[in-house]
Amino acid sequence: METAIRIANLRVDYGETPVLKGIDAEVGKGEIAVILGGSGCGKSTLLKTITGLIEPREGRVEILGINTANLDEESQSELAKRLGVMFQYGALLNSLTVGENIALPLEMHTDLPPAQIEQIVRLRLASVSLEGTQDRMPSELSGGMRKRVALARAMALDPEILFCDEPSAGLDPVTAAEIDELLLTLNRALGITIVIVTHELLSIDRLDGRLLMLDEGQVVFSGSVGEAQRSKHDVVYPFFHPGEASS
Amino acid sequence: MSSVYNQGSTLFLSDALVLSNLSEVDQTVRLLFSEHPSAQWQVNLDTLERLDTAGALFLHQLSALANQHESSLQLGPLPEHLQSIFQFATPLPAAAKPTPARIPFLERFGASAYRFIEHAADFLYLMADLSYFSVQALWNRRAIRRDAFVDQAYAIGAQALPIIGLILFLIGAVSALQSAAQLRQFGADIYVADLLAIGITTELGPLMTAIMVAGRSGSAIAAEIATMKFSEELDALRTMALEPLRFVAVPKMWAMVVTVPLLTVMADFVGILGGTVIGVFSMGISPAAFVTQILSSLFLKDILTGLIKSAFFAWIITVIAVYRGVNFSGGAVGVGQAITSAVVSSLVGIIVLDLAFNLLFY
Ligand SMILES: Nc1ncnc2c1ncn2[C@@H]1O[C@H](COP(=O)(O)OP(=O)(O)O)[C@@H](O)[C@H]1O
Ligand SMILES: [Mg+2]
Repeated sequence: METAIRIANLRVDYGETPVLKGIDAEVGKGEIAVILGGSGCGKSTLLKTITGLIEPREGRVEILGINTANLDEESQSELAKRLGVMFQYGALLNSLTVGENIALPLEMHTDLPPAQIEQIVRLRLASVSLEGTQDRMPSELSGGMRKRVALARAMALDPEILFCDEPSAGLDPVTAAEIDELLLTLNRALGITIVIVTHELLSIDRLDGRLLMLDEGQVVFSGSVGEAQRSKHDVVYPFFHPGEASS
Repeated sequence: MSSVYNQGSTLFLSDALVLSNLSEVDQTVRLLFSEHPSAQWQVNLDTLERLDTAGALFLHQLSALANQHESSLQLGPLPEHLQSIFQFATPLPAAAKPTPARIPFLERFGASAYRFIEHAADFLYLMADLSYFSVQALWNRRAIRRDAFVDQAYAIGAQALPIIGLILFLIGAVSALQSAAQLRQFGADIYVADLLAIGITTELGPLMTAIMVAGRSGSAIAAEIATMKFSEELDALRTMALEPLRFVAVPKMWAMVVTVPLLTVMADFVGILGGTVIGVFSMGISPAAFVTQILSSLFLKDILTGLIKSAFFAWIITVIAVYRGVNFSGGAVGVGQAITSAVVSSLVGIIVLDLAFNLLFY
């Protein structure tokens, strides 16, 4: 399998505090990689480092065969257009409407006529079950709706890799399942590589991707859902058997 | 309610031991301990009915309290139904606070000097980037949304008209009165018009406009960008291959650089008008004479340098506001600090630039 993302010895500090302490990981093209780990263990930091928002202190990140260190502005922007990122809290532009948020990457990076862009926006909104919200402002939406708009925006440019930070946290079970279905469809029908952070055991089951478990800034487990459920590792076991004492 | 009493060296705690009566119980117990010195206290809890976590912690710490009064203490058995809360509220060991290492003076001085140089370098980079992007945007308009410029120009320019007009009218009037008091001693009343025209167009017009804009729009720019950083909007733009400086800051820069000189033209006019009203109504100079005198003392060069100066003021206000916004840290309080420091440093920047201009041109 071709690799979409290759991370080697990635170290990230906030000030003096190390958060990621040497992460090695690989994600194949067309794969669904699920990042797990306790709250505050550095999952969002890992996504932001991979997507180039945080400069690592050490280590390298290679995306779609491109080493992301020391890229010039032009190549960085070319690479960014091939990635879609959905932030944990949505990060919608609050001065633009929902529709404008989703249209923005299309307007800025393509020559599509406005009518066509509007079509795409409506389609994207429908795919996250938010038909008819394009003229609302982000501040008028609930947290879960904002996240779904953010997912629609991340998909706007049909990215090759989609990064999602806790897409279904805080959503009702029905919508959460719809989001998982959408991600699976994107993955199966379009072959999009998906890197997702999630805590929901149900989502983990449904997505059935390859799990990467972080703890103390390191990868402590990597494997399939089945393997994780059978694992006796003292970080992995309590995660899949919450409430039980570890054996 | 609780009752605390003793029989010999047995302490009875009954009814309730909860947060609302804790300080009362604590005082009574201390009083008992000091009034009835005893080597060994027994605590009887048989009739205790209610206990909350604060009360349980108090019980856990009772023997330490007794130790302070040089006696030891033995807790009697708790009623069955209170035992689980008593177990639950076990005091935690005090977290060892790391003692901050004492850093020698020279090292601290070196570190802050280093930080200062780092900040200064950051600032200069941002100044260069933002200026470069703004100029580049003239022929590569792709990354700019036109509505963004129009909205900003409206907020910075049109909405500021009334307040800047009012201020300049008053300043014109005040400076006419001030100079009249001096010039009258020489019978040179009419030269009030000259002072007014030159003072307003070269200094007061551009300066007061810039100061008002720093307060109104510099603060708004810093606040908006800091908030966008906080809500990760700037990061989101980057992941969409949109450089936040180009996308967010460049339209603001152009809106400022275009509208502030326009505001200054209006300010010059209204300021002179304010002075003229004083000249005519308070000093009794004929309107025709006053206006002729003003026109004869106005030079295009003065007006133009004033306008160029105001464009530079707009530039420095924007650079500083964007810098403060981008470098904000720490939640809502941080946004407030970013605003304050944006306004204060813009004022310093404006005055320094003004001095530089005066040294260059006069
Ligand atoms: N901007 C920041 N500055 C300082 N510390 C941060 C910052 N962002 C996150 N952290 C810290 O880094 C750690 C990892 O954060 P994060 O990656 O958001 O965790 P997760 O997404 O796994 O919950 C946390 O301990 C958090 O407090
Ligand atoms: Mg997170």
